[in-house]
Amino acid sequence: MTSSASALASVLAVESDPGGGFVSPTIAEFYPPALAEFSIFGIDFTITRITVISWIATAAILAFLVLASRRMTVVPRKSQFLLEGSYSLVRDNIARDVIGPKYKPFVPFLGALFFFIIANNAMSIVPFFQISPMSKFAYPLVLAILVYILYNAVAIKNKGLGGYLKEVAVPPGVPIPFLVLVTPIELLQVFIIRPFTLAVRLFANLFAGHMLLVVFSLGTVYLLGKIGENFSFVFAPFSFLMALFMTFFEVLVIVLQAYVFTVLTATYLNGAVEEGH
Amino acid sequence: MDVLAEIYGSIGSVGYGLAAIGPGIGVGIVWAAYIQATARQPESAGLTRTYAFLGAALSEALALIGLVVPFIFGAGQP
Repeated sequence: MTSSASALASVLAVESDPGGGFVSPTIAEFYPPALAEFSIFGIDFTITRITVISWIATAAILAFLVLASRRMTVVPRKSQFLLEGSYSLVRDNIARDVIGPKYKPFVPFLGALFFFIIANNAMSIVPFFQISPMSKFAYPLVLAILVYILYNAVAIKNKGLGGYLKEVAVPPGVPIPFLVLVTPIELLQVFIIRPFTLAVRLFANLFAGHMLLVVFSLGTVYLLGKIGENFSFVFAPFSFLMALFMTFFEVLVIVLQAYVFTVLTATYLNGAVEEGH
Repeated sequence: MDVLAEIYGSIGSVGYGLAAIGPGIGVGIVWAAYIQATARQPESAGLTRTYAFLGAALSEALALIGLVVPFIFGAGQP
């Protein structure tokens, strides 16, 4: 484990009961053993189960997009209907409604983001995989950095560096004395808090979802092993039902977080393309 | 001294619980206002959605900062 991993472990670790009781799952869940290790130009790469899951998710969504968009018919088949529904969600409800009339160039990027995130998120409930690559901080971080570069580049291209900084630091219509408060908050928000929260929001949701599932699944197994003691026959089914319920809750989180990430990207791009007031 | 109750693990989890109260209320207010605005004037839904998401993201940022602070300041401790 890396140093940040052990720091994470020290925060989340729960002392295991010496009496052979229930051992809570720890952060080690997210550090599976390496399948392959290699080094290129002094940078160490480790291929783990999660990396492979990410490849599988990406290949699956690519295969779906390619297969569903072949032989398009006027009356859509089931796969084409699903594809058209999700694509028009991104194009009409996210890109056009949020960005406005200049939405066209951003549709491919937003669509790619949405489908990539939803495929990777979905891996948190697909049987035998059961962990989302997005619950490793690196994946959402790279996506957030991409978005950060994009909306800043678009804003600088549209307004010029000076104009962009002026619009951020001195929002129009704010009385001069309030600028003491508004300017630092706006600068902090646009250049630091936006990419940070974009990455952490996606990561935290998937991370917490996986931990919940692990806790209730392990709890069920542990309680079933202790059946006949301390009303375990009551709590084991309860724990199992909670695991089931949390799985369905994960479906909601998977779709919602992919949607929120894409909508927020579109919102930031909207700020970058629209003319100053 | 008699020990009545004892807490193991990290106090960071308690801190995060406290830190999430404010943002929880804030995000609730933002979406309540959005729903109210949409109910009163349905055609403004598309117009105000952007601001609703911006406001919710900004208040949620506080909860997310609360989430990472224990990791940052708990790093050096056993």
